[in-house]
Amino acid sequence: MPKLEIDGREVTVEDGLNLIQAAERLEIEVPHYCYHPGLSISGNCRMCLVEIEKMPKLQIACNTRVTEGMVVKTTSPKVKAAQAAVLEFLLINHPIDCPICDQAGECKLQDYYMDYGVYRSRFPLQEKVEKRKVVDLGPQVVLDQERCILCARCTRFLDEVTKTSELGIFARGDRCYIDLFPGKRLDNLYSGNVVDVCPVGALTSKDFRFKARVWYLEKTESICTLCANGCNIDIYHRRGQMYRFRPRSNPDVNQYWMCDEGRLWYKELQKESRILRPLVRGEQDFAAVSWDDAVDRVVSRLTHIKEEHGAGAIAGIIGAKATNEEVYLFSRLLTEHVGTELVAGLSWSPANASHDDFLIKADKNPNTHGLRALGLLNGGVSAADVLAAAEKGTVKVLLIFAEDLVPACGPEKLEAALGNVEVVVFDTDYSGTTEYADTVLPIGTAPETDGTFTNYAGRVQRIRPAFAPPGEAKPGWEVLSHLGVKCGGTDYLSSSEVFAELANKSPASAGLTYSKLGSHGVQLPEGEQSAKPATT
Amino acid sequence: MSERVLLRHLDVPNIRKLDVYLAQGGYEAARKALTTLKPEEVTEQVKASNLRGRGGAGFVAGMKWGFLPKDSPKPVYLCCNADESEPGTFKDRAIIEWNTHILLEGILIAAYAIKSHTAYIYIRGEFALGAKHLEEAIAEAYAKGFLGKNIFGIGYDLDVYVHRGAGAYICGEETGLIESLEGKRAYPRIKPPFPAVYGLFGSPTIVQNVETLSCVPSIMKNGPAWFKAIGPETGPGPKIYCVSGHVEKPGLYELPMGMPLRAVIYDYAGGIRGGKKLKAVMPAGSSFPVLRPDEIDVNMDFDSMRKINAFLGTAGIIVMDEDTCMVRALEIVDRFYHHESCGQCSPCREGTGWLHKLLVRLEEGNGQAEDIDLMNKISDNMMGNTVCVLADAAAMPTQSYISKFRDEFLAHVTLGRCPLKKNGATHQHAA
Ligand SMILES: Cc1cc2nc3c(=O)[nH]c(=O)nc-3n(C[C@H](O)[C@H](O)[C@H](O)COP(=O)(O)O)c2cc1C
Ligand code: SF4
Ligand code: SF4
Ligand code: SF4
Ligand code: FES
Repeated sequence: MPKLEIDGREVTVEDGLNLIQAAERLEIEVPHYCYHPGLSISGNCRMCLVEIEKMPKLQIACNTRVTEGMVVKTTSPKVKAAQAAVLEFLLINHPIDCPICDQAGECKLQDYYMDYGVYRSRFPLQEKVEKRKVVDLGPQVVLDQERCILCARCTRFLDEVTKTSELGIFARGDRCYIDLFPGKRLDNLYSGNVVDVCPVGALTSKDFRFKARVWYLEKTESICTLCANGCNIDIYHRRGQMYRFRPRSNPDVNQYWMCDEGRLWYKELQKESRILRPLVRGEQDFAAVSWDDAVDRVVSRLTHIKEEHGAGAIAGIIGAKATNEEVYLFSRLLTEHVGTELVAGLSWSPANASHDDFLIKADKNPNTHGLRALGLLNGGVSAADVLAAAEKGTVKVLLIFAEDLVPACGPEKLEAALGNVEVVVFDTDYSGTTEYADTVLPIGTAPETDGTFTNYAGRVQRIRPAFAPPGEAKPGWEVLSHLGVKCGGTDYLSSSEVFAELANKSPASAGLTYSKLGSHGVQLPEGEQSAKPATT
Repeated sequence: MSERVLLRHLDVPNIRKLDVYLAQGGYEAARKALTTLKPEEVTEQVKASNLRGRGGAGFVAGMKWGFLPKDSPKPVYLCCNADESEPGTFKDRAIIEWNTHILLEGILIAAYAIKSHTAYIYIRGEFALGAKHLEEAIAEAYAKGFLGKNIFGIGYDLDVYVHRGAGAYICGEETGLIESLEGKRAYPRIKPPFPAVYGLFGSPTIVQNVETLSCVPSIMKNGPAWFKAIGPETGPGPKIYCVSGHVEKPGLYELPMGMPLRAVIYDYAGGIRGGKKLKAVMPAGSSFPVLRPDEIDVNMDFDSMRKINAFLGTAGIIVMDEDTCMVRALEIVDRFYHHESCGQCSPCREGTGWLHKLLVRLEEGNGQAEDIDLMNKISDNMMGNTVCVLADAAAMPTQSYISKFRDEFLAHVTLGRCPLKKNGATHQHAA
């Protein structure tokens, strides 16, 4: 652990770190373009120059490893002058596009020249090198060669991470440009990441282009829910509308990346098919009712059926799209307050679900592991058992939480099972299953909900509400807590309370809280992740 | 020094043929080295000879070999840098084409010394004849057992491959060369790590210039003391001076290291063409500062040149007479670097183009006085600040031309044309 001094402050860091990383520990930003922590060191932009005692020349921080006793200056006049010079070089051939550039507001070129006051004072040359402005690279990405500063982050990403090498640098000197290799398209499962690594506006996302100025958007930390990997993301949104997902770095989950499908997943979460109000089936169609009416109705039906047929006539199925908090409350409601044993978890993915050996998992649910850990996928009652009981007629009321059973169980089976059962559906969108519903309780999607998911590897990760659910929909944990209270259970004020309680049910997670989960989540110890199901 | 070593083909016709080379005592040095000395001892002798690299930087060869990791499990590679692309430099080509076996013998001894079993000769693509002669000589050497398996019966194996470049100056930079050999774009690598530790295919690698390697057989044959006695002790040996430009007898001159520059120009190359006056000399190829006529009483060796803020470089001596426009001359130099910058580093990629464009403008008579200081400033900002030294190679001549011939640059501004041209005629440009 070498101890060194940066800008007059001492810091002790692990061996092997470079000076950009070491400075970060002191919250000192060494300006840089080509360095990216997820890629090999290229050292081409020369922006990260720093002064090191006993070295005659300035050194690039990205390729300088920390050593014991090193004395580094990141803001000396010599450093500032050198960085201003590099910026000036980068700007000679750069078009002045900022007003129409999508990167404006998150452009490192723009940021630094503001910082350094290089206002294109010396622009004696009229003729800039002309390159191509709108190059269609593939389904996700557009390239503007003139804005490119040739940092080679995109090519390194494609060489080193996806190993697909669609892009290359062609020509020499100031004629250099990024382009596709002949016959190639930038069409791999992770192509959108090149937009994130590009420090300027050269690579832009077709999906996000011209949709919004970034400075109008809010950012909320979250998790991608499209598969069990649980890539860490930021949701960019404004007034309840989402504009994009971008990966948020987590060394233990997704490093700096996410897949293209996950990136576009936000669109699926804000479709026209959202359910906006609690619904009760009328003579022909659904009728909107108030939450109080809907909840009262469900509670009275549960009470009535239990009195008439016993608790065993009530059953529930919960999908692996539900948060741990929802699973816990759902399971408690049915087993503890109602007293039935017929509670099943269901984690369904299409048979041919895509997956690879990098991030994408064949399990297309964010919380299969959580369901299992909470005891709902452990060879006890299965969704098939519940449906069989319904078909036999022993189950009278079925609660279905956050799962469309039609693709999961097949339409015939479902028709046979649900034909004569009273169905209560808790979900975000209309689906094949809501067709069978007598009562529909609209809940929030992941971006609208506070909660946790446990990813495929047993890492518990937090999602945070970016905005409130649309219409009268409510976060699922709130709906379940409300129902629980009506059935004689606890009134939870927040999902964090629910989490603290459920965490303490298992030795593996005892003592965990939201604040302990932080931004990167917590890995549960291998082997002992399974908690006992909530007991009666 | 009586006998020519490196340009021996001028004295012995057909020495590129193995039988002729053998009749001249060829491969005896290699035999002696391989059969009587341990690799470490060969390295010691080369180190003791003070042989310094002839590719431009003048690093002590034996010392570089000593940087190889001692117990690396990886193979060691030898790369012969035959990419010779420095302007005004054409010495390696002569050795390759006409004294081919001395290079192969040097490669054999050097490879043995560094315990390498694979050597690559990276040859400039345009050197078609050189590549052909190399292939022929290599075939001859294999046939006679000087290459291949169990050389001289000592159980040592060496394979030599010729790799032809595709035409870029930057492939001569040693790490650009390595990248190119690996089949990639010749982007020089950041150092550290240096090739001796992490080179070709990630293995320890020694890159050495053609002329450097061609000196090695004579060191083995005559001993380090003999070598050290040729010219200055700190950088001795036979040396090829490439003289081009406005002299009576341009060409290659093999002389001891440390010859006075004036003697090379006037005594050997016959002085300035047509009895004209000398205006300027670039003594080291195009990558280093230019000299004025009052600066040519300097000895052409690494250390003497450094004392006057100049360099020996490749000893590519470009002579310019009094009719030369220095703005145009610099425009040509910087056009070359603009063309050849690999484009990786911001200061070099943008700086070389910026310099060149300013020079074109100045030369066409459209420049401003501030452009001259601007070029100085741009050069300052390029220097010492990039992955390889190509940026410095553009900046150094630029600054020296401006400081040593400032009046001529200013005259282009005030007259709005080249003062050496009549009727406002401008020069022709290739963009
Ligand atoms: C831009 C550039 C071009 C170079 N071209 C050559 C070349 O063509 N031939 C060469 O031997 N060295 C060239 N060099 C020097 C090599 O990098 C390296 O120093 C040399 O091959 C080492 O061999 P030596 O020590 O025997 O001189 C070049 C260096 C630079 C920066
Ligand atoms: S396109 Fe962007 S990431 Fe790629 S080299 Fe250019 S600036 Fe860098
Ligand atoms: S790999 Fe999975 S979690 Fe990650 S972005 Fe893609 S779908 Fe989302
Ligand atoms: S200094 Fe110039 S030639 Fe050398 S690596 Fe950088 S851009 Fe390429
Ligand atoms: S970040 Fe260090 S050189 Fe680009």
